[in-house]
Amino acid sequence: MSDLNALLHSRSFVELGARQRASALLDQGSLRELLDPFARVKSPWLEAQGIVAQADDGVVVAKGSLGGRPAVLAAIEGGFQGGSLGEVGGAKIAGALELAAEDNRNGIPTCAVLLLETGGVRLQEANLGLAAIAEVQAAIVELRQYQPVIGVVAGPVGCFGGMSIAAALCSHLLVTREARLGLNGPQVIEQEAGIEEYDSRDRPFIWSLTGGEQRFACGLVDAYVADDAQAIRERLLGILERPGDALPRSRQYPRFLDLLGRYDAAPQADAAAVRALYQGDQA
Amino acid sequence: MSTVLSQRGLNWLHALTADAAGQSGYPASLKVVDAPLAGRPARYLAVVPDADNRFPRARHGEVGLLEGWSLGQALDEVIAADRDAPVKRAVVAVVDVPSQAYGRREEALGIHQALAGAVDGYARARLAGHPVIALLVGKAMSGAFLAHGYQANRIVALRDPGVMVHAMGKESAARVTLRTVDELEAFAAKVPPMAYDLDSYASLGLLWETLSVERIEQPGAEDLARVRACLEQAEADIRAAGTDLRGRLGAANRAASRRVRELLRAQW
Repeated sequence: MSDLNALLHSRSFVELGARQRASALLDQGSLRELLDPFARVKSPWLEAQGIVAQADDGVVVAKGSLGGRPAVLAAIEGGFQGGSLGEVGGAKIAGALELAAEDNRNGIPTCAVLLLETGGVRLQEANLGLAAIAEVQAAIVELRQYQPVIGVVAGPVGCFGGMSIAAALCSHLLVTREARLGLNGPQVIEQEAGIEEYDSRDRPFIWSLTGGEQRFACGLVDAYVADDAQAIRERLLGILERPGDALPRSRQYPRFLDLLGRYDAAPQADAAAVRALYQGDQA
Repeated sequence: MSTVLSQRGLNWLHALTADAAGQSGYPASLKVVDAPLAGRPARYLAVVPDADNRFPRARHGEVGLLEGWSLGQALDEVIAADRDAPVKRAVVAVVDVPSQAYGRREEALGIHQALAGAVDGYARARLAGHPVIALLVGKAMSGAFLAHGYQANRIVALRDPGVMVHAMGKESAARVTLRTVDELEAFAAKVPPMAYDLDSYASLGLLWETLSVERIEQPGAEDLARVRACLEQAEADIRAAGTDLRGRLGAANRAASRRVRELLRAQW
Protein backbone atom coordinates (compact mmCIF):
# COMPACT_ATOMS: atom_id res chain seq x y z
CA MET A 1 0.00 0.00 0.00
CA SER A 2 2.95 2.31 0.42
CA ASP A 3 3.08 2.89 -3.34
CA LEU A 4 -0.50 4.02 -3.39
CA ASN A 5 0.16 6.21 -0.40
CA ALA A 6 3.16 7.76 -2.10
CA LEU A 7 1.13 8.36 -5.23
CA LEU A 8 -1.65 10.07 -3.30
CA HIS A 9 0.81 12.37 -1.60
CA SER A 10 3.09 13.11 -4.53
CA ARG A 11 3.21 16.69 -5.69
CA SER A 12 3.78 17.52 -9.33
CA PHE A 13 6.88 19.65 -9.87
CA VAL A 14 6.08 20.55 -13.45
CA GLU A 15 2.86 22.27 -12.36
CA LEU A 16 4.66 24.55 -9.89
CA GLY A 17 5.73 28.10 -10.65
CA ALA A 18 9.34 29.19 -10.27
CA ARG A 19 8.98 30.48 -6.70
CA GLN A 20 7.12 27.34 -5.56
CA ARG A 21 9.74 25.17 -7.19
CA ALA A 22 12.51 26.95 -5.31
CA SER A 23 10.69 26.48 -2.05
CA ALA A 24 9.96 22.80 -2.75
CA LEU A 25 13.65 22.02 -3.34
CA LEU A 26 15.53 24.03 -0.72
CA ASP A 27 15.60 22.86 2.93
CA GLN A 28 12.38 23.81 4.65
CA GLY A 29 12.50 27.31 6.08
CA SER A 30 15.89 28.09 4.56
CA LEU A 31 14.77 30.05 1.48
CA ARG A 32 15.61 33.73 1.26
CA GLU A 33 14.83 35.38 -2.06
CA LEU A 34 17.27 37.94 -3.46
CA LEU A 35 15.98 40.80 -5.61
CA ASP A 36 12.39 39.74 -4.97
CA PRO A 37 9.54 41.39 -6.88
CA PHE A 38 9.43 44.23 -4.36
CA ALA A 39 12.91 45.27 -5.48
CA ARG A 40 11.14 46.11 -8.76
CA VAL A 41 14.16 45.56 -10.98
CA LYS A 42 12.33 45.17 -14.26
CA SER A 43 13.43 44.95 -17.84
CA PRO A 44 14.34 48.43 -19.11
CA TRP A 45 13.57 47.39 -22.70
CA LEU A 46 10.13 45.80 -22.82
CA GLU A 47 7.81 48.70 -22.12
CA ALA A 48 9.02 50.67 -25.15
CA GLN A 49 7.79 47.69 -27.18
CA GLY A 50 4.34 47.64 -25.62
CA ILE A 51 5.07 44.56 -23.48
CA VAL A 52 4.21 44.57 -19.77
CA ALA A 53 7.38 43.98 -17.75
CA GLN A 54 7.38 41.78 -14.65
CA ALA A 55 8.77 42.89 -11.29
CA ASP A 56 11.15 39.92 -11.06
CA ASP A 57 11.82 39.73 -14.82
CA GLY A 58 10.83 36.07 -14.73
CA VAL A 59 13.78 34.83 -12.67
CA VAL A 60 13.69 33.86 -8.99
CA VAL A 61 17.05 33.80 -7.19
CA ALA A 62 17.09 32.33 -3.70
CA LYS A 63 19.75 31.51 -1.17
CA GLY A 64 19.18 28.67 1.21
CA SER A 65 20.50 25.26 2.07
CA LEU A 66 20.31 21.78 0.58
CA GLY A 67 20.83 19.05 3.14
CA GLY A 68 22.43 21.73 5.29
CA ARG A 69 24.88 22.80 2.55
CA PRO A 70 24.97 26.44 1.49
CA ALA A 71 23.22 26.76 -1.85
CA VAL A 72 21.97 29.30 -4.33
CA LEU A 73 19.09 28.45 -6.61
CA ALA A 74 17.94 30.27 -9.73
CA ALA A 75 14.56 29.36 -11.20
CA ILE A 76 13.30 30.64 -14.52
CA GLU A 77 9.55 31.28 -14.71
CA GLY A 78 8.48 29.62 -17.94
CA GLY A 79 5.17 31.47 -17.83
CA PHE A 80 6.71 34.90 -18.40
CA GLN A 81 7.70 35.51 -22.02
CA GLY A 82 8.34 31.81 -22.56
CA GLY A 83 11.06 31.78 -19.92
CA SER A 84 13.18 33.89 -22.23
CA LEU A 85 16.24 35.57 -20.77
CA GLY A 86 16.67 39.29 -21.06
CA GLU A 87 19.23 41.62 -19.55
CA VAL A 88 17.89 41.60 -15.98
CA GLY A 89 16.95 37.93 -15.65
CA GLY A 90 20.25 36.91 -17.23
CA ALA A 91 22.21 39.19 -14.90
CA LYS A 92 20.36 37.71 -11.90
CA ILE A 93 21.52 34.20 -12.80
CA ALA A 94 25.06 35.17 -13.84
CA GLY A 95 25.51 37.46 -10.83
CA ALA A 96 24.30 34.79 -8.39
CA LEU A 97 26.70 32.22 -9.84
CA GLU A 98 29.57 34.73 -9.75
CA LEU A 99 28.91 35.41 -6.05
CA ALA A 100 28.73 31.67 -5.34
CA ALA A 101 32.18 31.25 -6.93
CA GLU A 102 33.44 34.13 -4.80
CA ASP A 103 32.00 32.38 -1.72
CA ASN A 104 34.05 29.31 -2.59
CA ARG A 105 37.23 31.32 -2.94
CA ASN A 106 36.47 32.68 0.54
CA GLY A 107 36.04 29.22 2.02
CA ILE A 108 32.21 28.95 1.84
CA PRO A 109 31.31 25.89 -0.29
CA THR A 110 28.18 27.31 -1.95
CA CYS A 111 26.72 25.06 -4.65
CA ALA A 112 24.12 26.02 -7.26
CA VAL A 113 20.90 24.64 -8.72
CA LEU A 114 19.45 26.05 -11.95
CA LEU A 115 15.80 25.37 -12.83
CA LEU A 116 15.77 25.83 -16.58
CA GLU A 117 12.45 26.53 -18.31
CA THR A 118 13.51 28.69 -21.17
CA GLY A 119 13.36 29.27 -24.88
CA GLY A 120 16.76 30.98 -24.64
CA VAL A 121 17.44 34.59 -25.58
CA ARG A 122 14.51 37.00 -25.17
CA LEU A 123 14.38 38.31 -28.71
CA GLN A 124 12.96 41.66 -27.57
CA GLU A 125 16.32 42.23 -25.81
CA ALA A 126 18.25 40.20 -28.31
CA ASN A 127 21.90 41.15 -28.00
CA LEU A 128 21.74 41.83 -24.28
CA GLY A 129 20.08 38.46 -23.74
CA LEU A 130 22.82 36.78 -25.76
CA ALA A 131 25.53 38.63 -23.81
CA ALA A 132 23.92 37.67 -20.50
CA ILE A 133 23.80 34.02 -21.53
CA ALA A 134 27.52 34.12 -22.41
CA GLU A 135 28.09 35.43 -18.87
CA VAL A 136 25.89 32.71 -17.35
CA GLN A 137 27.96 30.12 -19.23
CA ALA A 138 31.22 31.67 -18.04
CA ALA A 139 29.96 31.64 -14.45
CA ILE A 140 28.87 27.98 -14.61
CA VAL A 141 32.33 26.89 -15.78
CA GLU A 142 33.92 29.03 -13.07
CA LEU A 143 31.74 27.76 -10.20
CA ARG A 144 31.88 24.15 -11.41
CA GLN A 145 35.59 24.13 -10.50
CA TYR A 146 34.60 24.30 -6.83
CA GLN A 147 31.12 22.87 -6.30
CA PRO A 148 28.38 21.13 -8.28
CA VAL A 149 26.21 23.28 -10.53
CA ILE A 150 23.12 21.13 -11.04
CA GLY A 151 20.69 21.86 -13.85
CA VAL A 152 17.07 20.68 -13.76
CA VAL A 153 14.88 20.72 -16.86
CA ALA A 154 11.41 19.69 -15.73
CA GLY A 155 9.12 21.06 -18.44
CA PRO A 156 6.76 22.05 -19.81
CA VAL A 157 8.76 24.75 -21.62
CA GLY A 158 12.00 22.81 -21.90
CA CYS A 159 15.42 24.32 -22.38
CA PHE A 160 16.54 25.78 -25.69
CA GLY A 161 18.88 28.23 -27.35
CA GLY A 162 21.95 29.47 -25.57
CA MET A 163 20.55 28.15 -22.29
CA SER A 164 20.67 24.59 -23.63
CA ILE A 165 24.41 25.13 -23.96
CA ALA A 166 24.40 26.41 -20.37
CA ALA A 167 22.55 23.25 -19.31
CA ALA A 168 25.16 21.17 -21.11
CA LEU A 169 27.91 22.91 -19.10
CA CYS A 170 26.38 21.95 -15.74
CA SER A 171 28.22 19.38 -13.66
CA HIS A 172 24.98 17.36 -13.42
CA LEU A 173 21.74 17.56 -15.36
CA LEU A 174 18.32 16.15 -14.39
CA VAL A 175 15.28 15.86 -16.64
CA THR A 176 11.70 14.59 -16.45
CA ARG A 177 9.63 13.00 -19.18
CA GLU A 178 8.02 16.37 -19.88
CA ALA A 179 11.39 18.01 -20.55
CA ARG A 180 12.82 18.82 -23.93
CA LEU A 181 16.44 19.81 -24.35
CA GLY A 182 17.84 21.08 -27.62
CA LEU A 183 19.74 23.96 -29.17
CA ASN A 184 17.28 25.18 -31.73
CA GLY A 185 13.57 25.51 -31.16
CA PRO A 186 11.41 23.49 -33.58
CA GLN A 187 9.85 26.58 -35.19
CA VAL A 188 13.24 28.08 -35.91
CA ILE A 189 14.61 24.90 -37.51
CA GLU A 190 11.49 24.66 -39.64
CA GLN A 191 11.90 28.31 -40.64
CA GLU A 192 15.60 27.96 -41.46
CA ALA A 193 15.74 24.45 -42.91
CA GLY A 194 12.22 23.63 -44.11
CA ILE A 195 9.39 21.43 -42.92
CA GLU A 196 10.91 18.26 -44.40
CA GLU A 197 13.91 18.76 -42.14
CA TYR A 198 11.88 19.49 -39.01
CA ASP A 199 8.10 19.62 -38.63
CA SER A 200 7.50 21.88 -35.64
CA ARG A 201 3.90 20.68 -35.27
CA ASP A 202 4.79 16.99 -35.04
CA ARG A 203 5.07 16.76 -31.28
CA PRO A 204 5.74 13.00 -30.98
CA PHE A 205 8.60 13.43 -33.46
CA ILE A 206 10.07 16.31 -31.47
CA TRP A 207 9.84 14.48 -28.13
CA SER A 208 11.32 11.36 -29.69
CA LEU A 209 14.48 13.31 -30.55
CA THR A 210 14.79 15.89 -27.78
CA GLY A 211 12.58 14.64 -24.94
CA GLY A 212 13.90 13.78 -21.49
CA GLU A 213 13.60 10.03 -21.93
CA GLN A 214 15.63 10.06 -25.17
CA ARG A 215 18.28 12.40 -23.75
CA PHE A 216 18.69 10.08 -20.76
CA ALA A 217 18.83 6.96 -22.94
CA CYS A 218 21.59 8.66 -24.98
CA GLY A 219 23.61 9.58 -21.90
CA LEU A 220 23.21 13.30 -22.60
CA VAL A 221 21.78 13.89 -19.12
CA ASP A 222 22.61 12.30 -15.78
CA ALA A 223 19.21 11.48 -14.33
CA TYR A 224 15.65 10.87 -15.48
CA VAL A 225 13.30 11.66 -12.62
CA ALA A 226 9.57 11.41 -12.02
CA ASP A 227 7.50 14.57 -11.99
CA ASP A 228 7.50 14.66 -8.19
CA ALA A 229 8.91 17.53 -6.15
CA GLN A 230 10.11 15.28 -3.34
CA ALA A 231 11.81 12.86 -5.74
CA ILE A 232 13.65 15.72 -7.44
CA ARG A 233 14.79 17.12 -4.11
CA GLU A 234 16.06 13.71 -3.02
CA ARG A 235 17.94 13.35 -6.27
CA LEU A 236 19.63 16.72 -5.73
CA LEU A 237 20.62 15.75 -2.20
CA GLY A 238 21.99 12.44 -3.49
CA ILE A 239 24.17 14.23 -6.05
CA LEU A 240 25.48 16.67 -3.47
CA GLU A 241 26.23 13.76 -1.11
CA ARG A 242 28.15 11.87 -3.83
CA PRO A 243 28.98 14.24 -6.72
CA GLY A 244 31.38 11.70 -8.25
CA ASP A 245 34.52 12.57 -10.13
CA ALA A 246 33.43 12.05 -13.73
CA LEU A 247 34.74 14.61 -16.20
CA PRO A 248 31.94 17.06 -17.07
CA ARG A 249 30.20 15.96 -20.28
CA SER A 250 31.23 19.21 -21.99
CA ARG A 251 34.88 18.12 -21.64
CA GLN A 252 34.38 14.71 -23.23
CA TYR A 253 35.32 15.67 -26.81
CA PRO A 254 37.46 12.57 -27.43
CA ARG A 255 34.53 10.26 -26.86
CA PHE A 256 32.00 12.32 -28.79
CA LEU A 257 34.32 12.95 -31.75
CA ASP A 258 35.04 9.24 -31.89
CA LEU A 259 31.32 8.41 -31.92
CA LEU A 260 30.50 11.07 -34.52
CA GLY A 261 33.35 9.77 -36.65
CA ARG A 262 31.66 6.37 -36.74
CA TYR A 263 28.19 7.78 -37.39
CA ASP A 264 26.77 7.53 -40.89
CA ALA A 265 25.51 11.07 -41.47
CA ALA A 266 24.16 10.39 -44.97
CA PRO A 267 20.65 9.22 -44.04
CA GLN A 268 18.41 11.52 -42.03
CA ALA A 269 18.70 10.93 -38.27
CA ASP A 270 16.16 9.05 -36.21
CA ALA A 271 15.84 8.45 -32.49
CA ALA A 272 16.73 4.75 -32.61
CA ALA A 273 19.95 5.25 -34.58
CA VAL A 274 21.14 7.96 -32.21
CA ARG A 275 20.32 5.80 -29.18
CA ALA A 276 22.22 2.88 -30.67
CA LEU A 277 25.24 5.09 -31.38
CA TYR A 278 25.40 6.63 -27.92
CA GLN A 279 24.61 3.40 -26.08
CA GLY A 280 27.18 1.49 -28.11
CA ASP A 281 30.13 2.44 -25.98
CA GLN A 282 28.33 2.55 -22.64
CA ALA A 283 27.85 -1.18 -22.21
CA MET B 1 18.95 28.93 -52.44
CA SER B 2 22.25 30.21 -53.74
CA THR B 3 24.50 31.82 -51.22
CA VAL B 4 28.01 33.08 -51.77
CA LEU B 5 30.11 31.48 -49.06
CA SER B 6 32.06 33.95 -47.00
CA GLN B 7 35.83 33.55 -47.18
CA ARG B 8 36.56 36.38 -44.77
CA GLY B 9 37.39 34.15 -41.84
CA LEU B 10 39.79 32.06 -43.87
CA ASN B 11 41.41 35.11 -45.50
CA TRP B 12 41.99 36.91 -42.22
CA LEU B 13 43.26 33.72 -40.59
CA HIS B 14 45.79 33.24 -43.40
CA ALA B 15 46.84 36.89 -43.23
CA LEU B 16 47.28 37.00 -39.46
CA THR B 17 49.31 33.81 -39.41
CA ALA B 18 51.39 34.62 -42.53
CA ASP B 19 49.97 31.53 -44.24
CA ALA B 20 51.37 29.18 -41.61
CA ALA B 21 50.22 25.57 -42.03
CA GLY B 22 47.24 24.42 -40.01
CA GLN B 23 47.27 21.65 -37.44
CA SER B 24 46.20 18.23 -38.69
CA GLY B 25 43.59 16.09 -36.99
CA TYR B 26 40.74 18.58 -37.38
CA PRO B 27 37.76 18.67 -39.71
CA ALA B 28 38.18 20.82 -42.84
CA SER B 29 35.64 23.25 -41.36
CA LEU B 30 37.89 24.16 -38.42
CA LYS B 31 41.24 25.79 -39.08
CA VAL B 32 43.69 25.58 -36.18
CA VAL B 33 46.91 27.50 -36.78
CA ASP B 34 49.79 28.11 -34.39
CA ALA B 35 51.61 31.36 -35.16
CA PRO B 36 53.07 34.21 -33.13
CA LEU B 37 51.28 37.20 -31.64
CA ALA B 38 53.54 39.96 -30.33
CA GLY B 39 56.52 37.64 -30.74
CA ARG B 40 55.07 34.91 -28.53
CA PRO B 41 53.33 31.65 -29.51
CA ALA B 42 49.59 31.88 -30.01
CA ARG B 43 46.80 29.73 -31.43
CA TYR B 44 44.41 31.09 -34.08
CA LEU B 45 41.04 29.43 -34.67
CA ALA B 46 38.48 29.89 -37.45
CA VAL B 47 35.32 27.99 -38.41
CA VAL B 48 35.10 28.09 -42.21
CA PRO B 49 32.80 26.78 -44.95
CA ASP B 50 33.37 23.21 -46.11
CA ALA B 51 31.19 22.21 -49.07
CA ASP B 52 31.93 18.53 -48.37
CA ASN B 53 31.05 18.56 -44.67
CA ARG B 54 29.56 15.16 -43.74
CA PHE B 55 26.76 17.04 -42.01
CA PRO B 56 24.79 18.76 -44.78
CA ARG B 57 23.40 21.51 -42.55
CA ALA B 58 26.95 22.64 -41.63
CA ARG B 59 28.43 23.30 -45.06
CA HIS B 60 28.33 27.12 -45.10
CA GLY B 61 30.53 27.90 -42.12
CA GLU B 62 27.92 27.09 -39.48
CA VAL B 63 29.11 25.82 -36.11
CA GLY B 64 27.80 22.26 -35.91
CA LEU B 65 28.53 19.02 -34.09
CA LEU B 66 32.05 18.44 -35.42
CA GLU B 67 33.02 22.09 -35.19
CA GLY B 68 31.84 22.47 -31.58
CA TRP B 69 33.58 19.39 -30.23
CA SER B 70 36.72 20.07 -32.29
CA LEU B 71 36.99 23.60 -30.87
CA GLY B 72 36.92 21.95 -27.45
CA GLN B 73 39.80 19.75 -28.55
CA ALA B 74 41.85 22.65 -29.98
CA LEU B 75 41.45 24.63 -26.75
CA ASP B 76 42.11 21.70 -24.44
CA GLU B 77 45.40 21.10 -26.30
CA VAL B 78 46.44 24.69 -25.61
CA ILE B 79 45.58 24.42 -21.92
CA ALA B 80 47.48 21.14 -21.60
CA ALA B 81 50.51 22.40 -23.54
CA ASP B 82 50.92 25.40 -21.21
CA ARG B 83 49.91 23.69 -17.98
CA ASP B 84 53.29 24.42 -16.38
CA ALA B 85 54.19 27.50 -18.42
CA PRO B 86 54.42 30.78 -16.48
CA VAL B 87 53.13 32.75 -19.49
CA LYS B 88 50.12 31.15 -21.20
CA ARG B 89 49.83 31.54 -24.96
CA ALA B 90 47.10 33.72 -26.40
CA VAL B 91 44.11 32.36 -28.33
CA VAL B 92 42.64 34.38 -31.20
CA ALA B 93 39.17 33.42 -32.44
CA VAL B 94 38.68 34.75 -35.97
CA VAL B 95 34.89 35.03 -36.15
CA ASP B 96 32.82 34.80 -39.33
CA VAL B 97 30.00 32.41 -38.43
CA PRO B 98 26.56 32.77 -40.07
CA SER B 99 24.79 30.60 -37.48
CA GLN B 100 24.80 27.36 -35.60
CA ALA B 101 23.76 24.38 -37.74
CA TYR B 102 19.96 24.05 -37.90
CA GLY B 103 19.03 20.45 -38.62
CA ARG B 104 17.45 17.21 -37.51
CA ARG B 105 20.78 15.37 -37.29
CA GLU B 106 22.15 18.15 -35.15
CA GLU B 107 19.30 18.18 -32.64
CA ALA B 108 19.15 14.40 -32.46
CA LEU B 109 22.88 14.04 -31.79
CA GLY B 110 22.95 16.87 -29.25
CA ILE B 111 24.45 19.94 -30.93
CA HIS B 112 23.81 21.83 -27.68
CA GLN B 113 26.33 19.53 -26.00
CA ALA B 114 28.87 19.95 -28.83
CA LEU B 115 28.65 23.74 -28.56
CA ALA B 116 29.06 23.41 -24.79
CA GLY B 117 32.30 21.57 -25.58
CA ALA B 118 33.54 24.71 -27.35
CA VAL B 119 32.31 27.13 -24.68
CA ASP B 120 33.90 24.94 -22.01
CA GLY B 121 37.24 25.03 -23.82
CA TYR B 122 37.25 28.81 -24.27
CA ALA B 123 36.09 29.48 -20.70
CA ARG B 124 38.66 27.14 -19.17
CA ALA B 125 41.44 28.61 -21.33
CA ARG B 126 40.49 32.05 -20.07
CA LEU B 127 40.34 30.88 -16.44
CA ALA B 128 43.73 29.17 -16.85
CA GLY B 129 45.23 32.54 -17.79
CA HIS B 130 45.32 32.35 -21.58
CA PRO B 131 44.46 35.74 -23.09
CA VAL B 132 41.48 35.01 -25.36
CA ILE B 133 40.63 37.56 -28.05
CA ALA B 134 37.77 37.42 -30.55
CA LEU B 135 38.23 39.25 -33.87
CA LEU B 136 34.90 39.80 -35.64
CA VAL B 137 35.45 39.98 -39.41
CA GLY B 138 31.96 38.85 -40.53
CA LYS B 139 28.83 37.49 -38.94
CA ALA B 140 28.79 36.53 -35.29
CA MET B 141 25.37 35.02 -34.88
CA SER B 142 23.60 33.52 -31.93
CA GLY B 143 24.70 30.08 -30.76
CA ALA B 144 27.57 30.10 -33.23
CA PHE B 145 29.05 33.18 -31.56
CA LEU B 146 28.43 31.74 -28.08
CA ALA B 147 30.51 28.73 -29.13
CA HIS B 148 33.18 30.64 -31.02
CA GLY B 149 34.13 34.04 -29.63
CA TYR B 150 31.76 35.13 -26.87
CA GLN B 151 33.92 33.71 -24.07
CA ALA B 152 36.81 35.98 -25.08
CA ASN B 153 38.29 38.46 -22.62
CA ARG B 154 38.29 41.11 -25.34
CA ILE B 155 36.15 41.37 -28.48
CA VAL B 156 37.43 43.44 -31.41
CA ALA B 157 35.16 44.12 -34.40
CA LEU B 158 36.00 45.43 -37.85
CA ARG B 159 33.77 48.25 -39.06
CA ASP B 160 31.84 46.92 -42.03
CA PRO B 161 28.17 46.34 -42.86
CA GLY B 162 28.93 42.62 -43.09
CA VAL B 163 30.04 42.47 -39.46
CA MET B 164 26.97 41.68 -37.42
CA VAL B 165 26.22 40.31 -33.98
CA HIS B 166 22.74 39.03 -33.30
CA ALA B 167 20.65 36.42 -31.51
CA MET B 168 18.58 35.35 -34.50
CA GLY B 169 18.03 36.17 -38.18
CA LYS B 170 15.21 38.62 -38.88
CA GLU B 171 12.73 36.18 -40.42
CA SER B 172 12.97 33.68 -37.57
CA ALA B 173 12.99 36.39 -34.90
CA ALA B 174 9.82 37.86 -36.41
CA ARG B 175 8.13 34.45 -36.42
CA VAL B 176 9.01 33.64 -32.82
CA THR B 177 7.93 37.04 -31.50
CA LEU B 178 4.73 37.03 -33.60
CA ARG B 179 5.72 40.18 -35.45
CA THR B 180 6.23 41.06 -39.08
CA VAL B 181 9.74 41.77 -40.29
CA ASP B 182 8.71 45.42 -40.74
CA GLU B 183 7.55 45.64 -37.14
CA LEU B 184 10.76 43.98 -35.99
CA GLU B 185 12.82 46.54 -37.88
CA ALA B 186 10.79 49.42 -36.47
CA PHE B 187 11.52 48.24 -32.91
CA ALA B 188 15.16 47.57 -33.77
CA ALA B 189 15.51 51.22 -34.78
CA LYS B 190 14.70 52.41 -31.24
CA VAL B 191 15.79 49.54 -29.00
CA PRO B 192 19.61 49.22 -29.23
CA PRO B 193 19.93 45.56 -28.13
CA MET B 194 17.50 44.53 -30.89
CA ALA B 195 19.35 46.32 -33.68
CA TYR B 196 21.39 44.51 -36.31
CA ASP B 197 23.98 47.27 -37.00
CA LEU B 198 27.43 47.44 -35.46
CA ASP B 199 27.09 50.94 -33.97
CA SER B 200 24.06 49.88 -31.94
CA TYR B 201 25.93 46.79 -30.83
CA ALA B 202 28.96 48.87 -29.87
CA SER B 203 26.70 51.01 -27.64
CA LEU B 204 26.13 47.94 -25.44
CA GLY B 205 29.75 48.04 -24.27
CA LEU B 206 30.57 44.48 -25.25
CA LEU B 207 33.27 45.44 -27.77
CA TRP B 208 36.72 46.40 -26.58
CA GLU B 209 37.59 48.11 -29.86
CA THR B 210 36.26 48.68 -33.37
CA LEU B 211 38.60 49.20 -36.33
CA SER B 212 38.15 50.42 -39.88
CA VAL B 213 39.95 48.59 -42.67
CA GLU B 214 40.32 49.25 -46.39
CA ARG B 215 39.69 45.77 -47.72
CA ILE B 216 37.74 43.58 -45.40
CA GLU B 217 37.42 40.61 -47.75
CA GLN B 218 41.16 40.28 -48.38
CA PRO B 219 43.26 42.48 -46.09
CA GLY B 220 46.22 44.44 -47.44
CA ALA B 221 49.45 45.15 -45.58
CA GLU B 222 48.18 48.30 -43.84
CA ASP B 223 44.96 46.65 -42.72
CA LEU B 224 46.89 43.73 -41.39
CA ALA B 225 49.35 45.93 -39.48
CA ARG B 226 46.51 47.89 -37.86
CA VAL B 227 44.59 44.79 -36.80
CA ARG B 228 47.69 43.02 -35.58
CA ALA B 229 48.65 46.04 -33.48
CA CYS B 230 45.17 46.06 -31.97
CA LEU B 231 45.33 42.35 -31.12
CA GLU B 232 48.71 42.93 -29.47
CA GLN B 233 47.27 45.75 -27.38
CA ALA B 234 44.32 43.56 -26.42
CA GLU B 235 46.66 40.80 -25.34
CA ALA B 236 48.71 43.19 -23.20
CA ASP B 237 45.54 44.64 -21.70
CA ILE B 238 44.29 41.18 -20.73
CA ARG B 239 47.61 40.24 -19.17
CA ALA B 240 47.42 43.43 -17.09
CA ALA B 241 43.74 43.24 -16.17
CA GLY B 242 42.93 39.57 -15.55
CA THR B 243 40.83 36.73 -16.84
CA ASP B 244 37.21 37.68 -16.16
CA LEU B 245 34.51 39.34 -18.28
CA ARG B 246 33.95 42.39 -16.08
CA GLY B 247 35.18 44.73 -18.80
CA ARG B 248 31.85 44.25 -20.58
CA LEU B 249 29.67 45.93 -17.98
CA GLY B 250 30.66 49.58 -18.34
CA ALA B 251 28.25 51.00 -20.92
CA ALA B 252 25.21 53.15 -20.16
CA ASN B 253 23.10 50.58 -22.00
CA ARG B 254 24.17 47.95 -19.45
CA ALA B 255 23.18 49.92 -16.35
CA ALA B 256 20.63 47.24 -15.40
CA SER B 257 23.28 44.49 -15.57
CA ARG B 258 25.42 46.45 -13.11
CA ARG B 259 22.54 47.32 -10.82
CA VAL B 260 21.41 43.70 -10.57
CA ARG B 261 24.92 42.64 -9.56
CA GLU B 262 25.22 45.44 -6.98
CA LEU B 263 21.88 44.55 -5.40
CA LEU B 264 22.68 40.83 -5.39
CA ARG B 265 25.94 41.53 -3.61
CA ALA B 266 24.24 43.78 -1.07
CA GLN B 267 21.57 41.17 -0.32
CA TRP B 268 23.88 38.11 -0.50
